[in-house]
Amino acid sequence: MSTTTPVRSAAPATRSAASGAPRAKRQPASRWLVLGVLSLASVYFLAPVWWLLVSSTKTSGDLFSGNGFWFGHFALFANLREVFTHQGGIYWQWLANSALYAVGGAGVSTLISAMAGYALAKYAYRGREFTFNTVLAAVLVPQPLLAVPLYLLFSQLHLVNTYWAVLLPSMVSPFGVYLARIYAASSVPDEIIEAGRIDGAGELRIFMTIALRVMTPALVTIFLFQFVSIWTNYLLPVLMLANDKLQPVTVGVVGWQAQRAIGPTAVPFNIVITAAMVSAIPLVVLFLSLQRFWRSGLTAGSVK
Amino acid sequence: MTTALAGRTARQAPAGRPARPTRRARRQARTVALFLAPFLLLFTALYLAPIGYTVYQSLYRMHRSGLGLSAPTQTFSGLANYATALGDPDFRGSLLRVLLIGAVQVPLMLLLALVLALLLDARSTMFKRFFRLAFFLPYALPGVVGAIMWSYLVAPGLSPITAAAHHLGLHLNLTSDSMLGPTIGNMLTWGWTGYNMLIIYSALQAIPAELSEAATMDGCSAVAIAWRIKVPMVRPALVLTTVFSIIGTAQLYNEPAILHNVAPNLSSTYTPIYAAYDAVNANNFNAAATESVILALLAFVLSFGFLRLVQRRGGAL
Repeated sequence: MSTTTPVRSAAPATRSAASGAPRAKRQPASRWLVLGVLSLASVYFLAPVWWLLVSSTKTSGDLFSGNGFWFGHFALFANLREVFTHQGGIYWQWLANSALYAVGGAGVSTLISAMAGYALAKYAYRGREFTFNTVLAAVLVPQPLLAVPLYLLFSQLHLVNTYWAVLLPSMVSPFGVYLARIYAASSVPDEIIEAGRIDGAGELRIFMTIALRVMTPALVTIFLFQFVSIWTNYLLPVLMLANDKLQPVTVGVVGWQAQRAIGPTAVPFNIVITAAMVSAIPLVVLFLSLQRFWRSGLTAGSVK
Repeated sequence: MTTALAGRTARQAPAGRPARPTRRARRQARTVALFLAPFLLLFTALYLAPIGYTVYQSLYRMHRSGLGLSAPTQTFSGLANYATALGDPDFRGSLLRVLLIGAVQVPLMLLLALVLALLLDARSTMFKRFFRLAFFLPYALPGVVGAIMWSYLVAPGLSPITAAAHHLGLHLNLTSDSMLGPTIGNMLTWGWTGYNMLIIYSALQAIPAELSEAATMDGCSAVAIAWRIKVPMVRPALVLTTVFSIIGTAQLYNEPAILHNVAPNLSSTYTPIYAAYDAVNANNFNAAATESVILALLAFVLSFGFLRLVQRRGGAL
């Protein structure tokens, strides 16, 4: 008995050592092939972004001549100045609008999702499965498909062309409720809730002081995903907002692109490109700094 | 007798429970209601109500008097709007176009995403972190920015791609009628491959390493392990990414709308949701509603049809 144990545990070690040696010998060719394929793919994904970065530093004339993927006359700062001063500096307003929609909508939807997800996970009540299945079905209804119906309803309610037209729909996130329920079910122990009750804490206080704290990673994930989907949304705000002072940056920049060659209000190409580049920076920064969270959010999607 | 008894219990317990609820159960019911109320209220107002209102609108028609002096009246028209929409060659064309783009682009994109995920998952692959971020970067850019960028990258007179092709003696126009489909397909592939790759990659990472170790011991090549062991095990992730892609294709709007700025030949009824937007702009709300309902039904039938198909073929997801 005692002799079999060391033999068994030693076996995997020798095995991997034995298989490791020939692999190292015969792999170099396929390793370079893999590296080549991955490099080629990364050129496909990165080259357009590189083109955008390079182009945002060029004058309008340089855009049409010379190598598109290399620098010309360096005019980034002049371009930036023009982006932020064109049309009375409305670009600032657009960024502020985007921030308002994204922070406000994502903030409210995160709190509401956490409450609903927690209730769905931690309380047994009649109709719970029905509620949850409805939420799941709604996850599969993407926001853009809802945009025209929302417009038809909002125009009836005279909400079109107000901040609320974009803010209200951003406050609901079925995916957030789904994520909050999954996370609350697995991470908030029933014992802690029970202990809180015995100590005489109310249900709301247990939620606010215990559950929310435990659920923080899920809350950040929900906030992040909702923030991104609001910041990148285009169809809903372009339908709802005719007043360009209310528009988010996505709609504003596309509006500039559309006027590029029309009369005195024409917006030069280089300004559109620089404006587009600047509008992407907040999201790229967000993604890079919060990698841990969006990756866990994607994984939550894949186990469904 | 039973009904009378049931009636009495129902009167005694308003919640419909057989036994009188304890004080704690009542308190919990209040808590549940409090926690769920904000979401359910907004959900009803902003998901269910618009859908209901749109279905309602699709069944009615506005009648304006010839001179437009009196207020238009709305009358019930049954399925007439549906007949009109489906009889409209432009709208039918938009549906077919989106089906065709999806049928070609979705399998290509998911195959690319799967291959990249498998390569990234291979043990000997170098620079994994860099490649993962490089592939994912397009998803981190707003879709509109990606669309603006690509619209310039394919625009006649500005495109470095056609300029390079010109040097090689090729006369390429990426915004000609016949190239619009492939150009939009490329924009979608560029934007979404990394996202799908990451979902598949996460699923691959959950596979226990011992499985491929054992297969290597049995003399399996890396390619055989990938196709025989890993791919079947990430089936749920592949199903999920396919469903998301089908729904995503149905709502195709940003790319064609922005490409239109550099390609005026791209019609305003290029995709169904673009056509519905066009109908809104023309103040034809009933047509917009009808087209939205048809599009939503189509997306639903395709995604759930796909789910049923894979469930029947492969047992459990």
